[in-house]
Amino acid sequence: MIESYKGKIPDLLIEEFEKISKEDNLTKIQKEAVLKALEKRYDSYKVNPGEAVGIVTAESFGEPGTQMTLKVFHFAGVSELNVTVGLPRLIEIFDARKEASTPSMEIYLKKPYNKDIKKAKKLAALIKEVKLRELSNEFLINIIKGHIEISLNKRNMRDLGIKDDLMINSLKNKFKKTIVRKSAGGNIIIKPEGETILKDIYKLKEKVKETFIRGVEGITQVLPIKQNNEFVILTMGSNLKEVIKLDLVDETRTISNNIFEVASVFGIEAARESVVYEAKKVIEDQGLDVDVRHILFIADLMCSSGVVKGVTRSGVTSEKESVLARASFETPLKHLVNAALSGEEDFLNSVVENVILNQPVPLGTGLPGLVATMKKNVK
Amino acid sequence: MEHVYKNINSISFGFFSPKLIKKMSSVKVVTPELYDKEGYPVDGGLMDIRLGVIDPGLRCKTCGSKLKECPGHFGYIELARPIIHIQYTKTILDFLRSTCKDCGRILLSDEELKLKLDSLKDIEKRYGLFFKRKKIKEIINSLKNLKKCPHCKAKQVNVKLERPLTFFEGDKKLSPIEIKTKFEKIPDEDTEILGLNPKYARPEWLILTLLPIPPVTMRPSITLDTGERSEDDLTHKLGDIVRINQRLFENINAGAPEVIVDDLWDLLQYHVTTYFDNTVAQIPPARHRSGQALKTLTERVKSKEGRFRYNLAGKRVNFAARTVISPDPEIKFNEVGVPKAIAYELTVPERVTEWNLERLKEFVKRGPKKYPGCNYVIRPDGKKKKITDETKEQLLEELQLGYVIERHIINNDIAIFNRQPSLHRMSIMAHKIKILPYKSFRLNPAVCTPYAGDFDGDEMNLHIPQTEEARAEAEVLMQVQTQLITPKNGTNIIGCLEDSVSGNYLLTKSMVFNKDEAVQLLFSIGVKKIPNFNNVVEGKEIFSSVLPGDFEYIGKTKDNDDVIIKKGKLIKGYIDGASIGEERGNLIRKLHRDYGEDVALDLLSKLFRLGIKALFYKGFSTSLKDIDLKQDILIRIRKLLKDSEDGVDELIKTYNAKKLEILPGKTAEESLELLILQTLNKVRNKIGEIIGESLNEENPLRIMFHSGAKGSILNLTMMASSVGQQALRGKRIRHGYDGRTLSLFKKGDLSPRSRGFISSGFKKGIDPVEFFFGSMTGRDSLMDMALRTPKSGYLYRRLANALQDLKVEYDYTVRDANKTVIQFKYGEDSIDVSKSEKGTIDIRNLIREVIGK
Repeated sequence: MIESYKGKIPDLLIEEFEKISKEDNLTKIQKEAVLKALEKRYDSYKVNPGEAVGIVTAESFGEPGTQMTLKVFHFAGVSELNVTVGLPRLIEIFDARKEASTPSMEIYLKKPYNKDIKKAKKLAALIKEVKLRELSNEFLINIIKGHIEISLNKRNMRDLGIKDDLMINSLKNKFKKTIVRKSAGGNIIIKPEGETILKDIYKLKEKVKETFIRGVEGITQVLPIKQNNEFVILTMGSNLKEVIKLDLVDETRTISNNIFEVASVFGIEAARESVVYEAKKVIEDQGLDVDVRHILFIADLMCSSGVVKGVTRSGVTSEKESVLARASFETPLKHLVNAALSGEEDFLNSVVENVILNQPVPLGTGLPGLVATMKKNVK
Repeated sequence: MEHVYKNINSISFGFFSPKLIKKMSSVKVVTPELYDKEGYPVDGGLMDIRLGVIDPGLRCKTCGSKLKECPGHFGYIELARPIIHIQYTKTILDFLRSTCKDCGRILLSDEELKLKLDSLKDIEKRYGLFFKRKKIKEIINSLKNLKKCPHCKAKQVNVKLERPLTFFEGDKKLSPIEIKTKFEKIPDEDTEILGLNPKYARPEWLILTLLPIPPVTMRPSITLDTGERSEDDLTHKLGDIVRINQRLFENINAGAPEVIVDDLWDLLQYHVTTYFDNTVAQIPPARHRSGQALKTLTERVKSKEGRFRYNLAGKRVNFAARTVISPDPEIKFNEVGVPKAIAYELTVPERVTEWNLERLKEFVKRGPKKYPGCNYVIRPDGKKKKITDETKEQLLEELQLGYVIERHIINNDIAIFNRQPSLHRMSIMAHKIKILPYKSFRLNPAVCTPYAGDFDGDEMNLHIPQTEEARAEAEVLMQVQTQLITPKNGTNIIGCLEDSVSGNYLLTKSMVFNKDEAVQLLFSIGVKKIPNFNNVVEGKEIFSSVLPGDFEYIGKTKDNDDVIIKKGKLIKGYIDGASIGEERGNLIRKLHRDYGEDVALDLLSKLFRLGIKALFYKGFSTSLKDIDLKQDILIRIRKLLKDSEDGVDELIKTYNAKKLEILPGKTAEESLELLILQTLNKVRNKIGEIIGESLNEENPLRIMFHSGAKGSILNLTMMASSVGQQALRGKRIRHGYDGRTLSLFKKGDLSPRSRGFISSGFKKGIDPVEFFFGSMTGRDSLMDMALRTPKSGYLYRRLANALQDLKVEYDYTVRDANKTVIQFKYGEDSIDVSKSEKGTIDIRNLIREVIGK
């Protein structure tokens, strides 16, 4: 019986109905009656063809946008990491910026490790990016010998469990044209090959400081926290591609807040989900209530071409067919000039062009036309 | 007047070829002079009357029409030397780089050319012009560095553009003449691959030899009060061009030395460039004598005040009015009170028929000065006649079938009411007109929410639809009752507010009336069917008698108590904001679903007035003594404050002893700040709890926030006891002097008081230091507001622009203007949020309805 309603009523509603009818022990006749009523109600709740759902969505974001705070950072809970929230974050998402201003990740662990705080902490330590400057006290330039002497911070090295062999190897790999060796005093000495001037050594010193030793590049801070009965690692900085390669990491749930990264690692469908997830987080965080449909709508628009496009003049808007529609948004000259070159024709299919020409707009009540057979003029 | 409706189907963009420029011109402009001694436009000048007329009384020599009838006509000037069009320098560069310097062919072999052309066509057909342009850019880039022409085998030299206008081939400067001759050699097929449509554009047309002169109607001169004429910026610029052009001609003809000719040529290039665009980088903008930059073609089109956004996408209308709004709880939600003074001016056209002839004659008889009268009579031939004392008799005589009169608006006419910023569709709604005295628009306070308006001086706009079609659409789709549910999240945007909520709360919670009062109360809100009351009537009974007899409702109050309505009777619980408030009124949502929008609006307006009128019987006000606290409470609060201050001291001590537990990912200072902030915020909440417990049920402030009418316990805490920590950017205040916030504190003082904790309440009054910190956060929030509004405005504009063409098609897919599918089903289930119950269907509710469980 329920089968026959599939396709007529959305699956989600049917599932919910099945759940509730089981709880309430509905009889077959009752079920039938309810389903009939449900179908009728669903039909009456459907959108009208021609409805300008786009503008409704834009309004649903524009109006609460005025109520959002501009405050950039926030510290939820005890000591969470700073992330951009509110209006600036929403703008960032809809712009589809290549780099989020505060990239961060939520790293989930595979079962059963996700209940183990020790494992989580260990993993967190492994993920965190360690650079040479954190393991050293001083970088000294020996002008006479023309080398840099790095005095090591033994305590930090012990804490992080890093041996100086690893550091020497990393340095050797990064700086091919140098000689790296251990000094008598336990320090590391790095000397460029051949004749060099002092300026180059200074430059080298700065580069040496940033030498990557261990961890995942880009992850600058880690914080294991307990969330819904399991341990999750929050990070500052993001490197999805490398992190999901790690053994303990549950790659099915681990996410980054950088939409482009998600798109390049997991594909466009994941990016769409990511837009929805991030936008939803912002809205809920601000204590606002916007229906999911609106969020889905913008995510679909941004991703429907196969790549993530921002709601900007270089993104979604630039793909509009109509010259006048593009020109009336931003940089009108550019669009007019190019249109003339390629002899573009504007078929006045969308809204602004028709507003410009004082014609009915092809939306809502302006959409339907009347088809009538005219009597032939008999002469 | 019978209108001939013409539809524009499409608009093509393209170039004016020199031939076309000549063909469409009516004048060849040869002299920079504008007027002769008599002030008459000079023939062959820039104000030639063959270019159109801007003086009343003159007739255009080209079309013979008068001012306002003649649209104006183009002219042209012949440029003595070719000039580069500034907007196309990039295209010119692309062409120079992609074609052979000798034979003019594209740097692709014929086979490659054919292949690329086919793929371009394919891309355009399949993905549209945007992707074709991308591909063309790729092709151009790939040709840039080719060294040999595949056709004539000539060696290629790299071409550079020295901004803004000079081209170099290798080290040799290319003159526009040379560029032009090169471009003339390029065959049509080859231009196509670079994105030109040979039908509309040839590369040599990018180098100007003729310059079209826009009609004078597009650059009218203004006559100043002194009788002097002031010319438009464009005319000034064109004058410069013509003058230099003539000089250049003369010099060339006289055989002047090349240096002089080149100088003049450059000058001409400068003038033509600034005529097109006066904001080019590296070119000094042309200026008025006063030093103000001229506004030339590009600046006319660009930006918010430009042609597109100001004149084309934004329209001005007639039949509109604007004035201050003020509240009137006695009018209906879907009514708007219109001042009589406005009613004299706004009119509705009504066609004379057999059936309304007599009625309409009355309007004409009263004329424009007596309300409700009539301002104009329109004859069937379209002639509009103003009604005056002299013409009145004759027009009355004349009035017959087929005439249209423009009568004053009267009660129940439909009007469209709007308040800016129109952020959502509820900012423009249709109301029924109600003519009222005085000078302001009157609206029911309940519809303030959708408009986001208040009465502190807000103004609103009123529009009168002029056609039957528009009126029908407004009435069916735009009236207030159709907008009860917001499409943002499917909740009711209109509901009871403030006194109305607390009124209903008190009514259903504690009030008792005698029979007479009850009947009087119900009658005053418009309930006609009054039940048989006993001598003592409970508030709940009164509330119930407003509801329909078969209404069933189960809900929760703000405090999660049950509210049960059975068969139209409130049998359990009380009514508060969660039932009837805006954006959360579940009871109103249910009424809307069960009985439809018209009944829901009617019931809502009754409930609204019931709340207010109920308070009339009891009286509702608040005073200072309502925030008085008992001695024992005060002592408890003082102890709490003391404890927390001690706690903070303790924290600072441990910090100073370097024994503070450092939070992960934070420094010691950050950890300390965070812990202090937490402690201090906890105090205020605890104080709130204590005060909340101690409050009398009858306390008006408690009633206000408990019913959800206004405010919260926090506001009360701030008044009665302690304002609390002032936070800037999520931290305690730390700015100011070196190591302290104000000079009266010790350096490094981390105590609550020195970092913006206000321990006094508003009632007791706050001391100067506290006041200073309070004003800091106050200023910060003002700034936040001022910065946020334009940001969110721009986001909204971008969203609206990107999304405005998307609509639901007849097959329920969502598509954009090119019919590209965005969603296969709107919102994945085709449910309209503004029809739904918070975005879904409440199945439990449905089951209850169907089988009565």
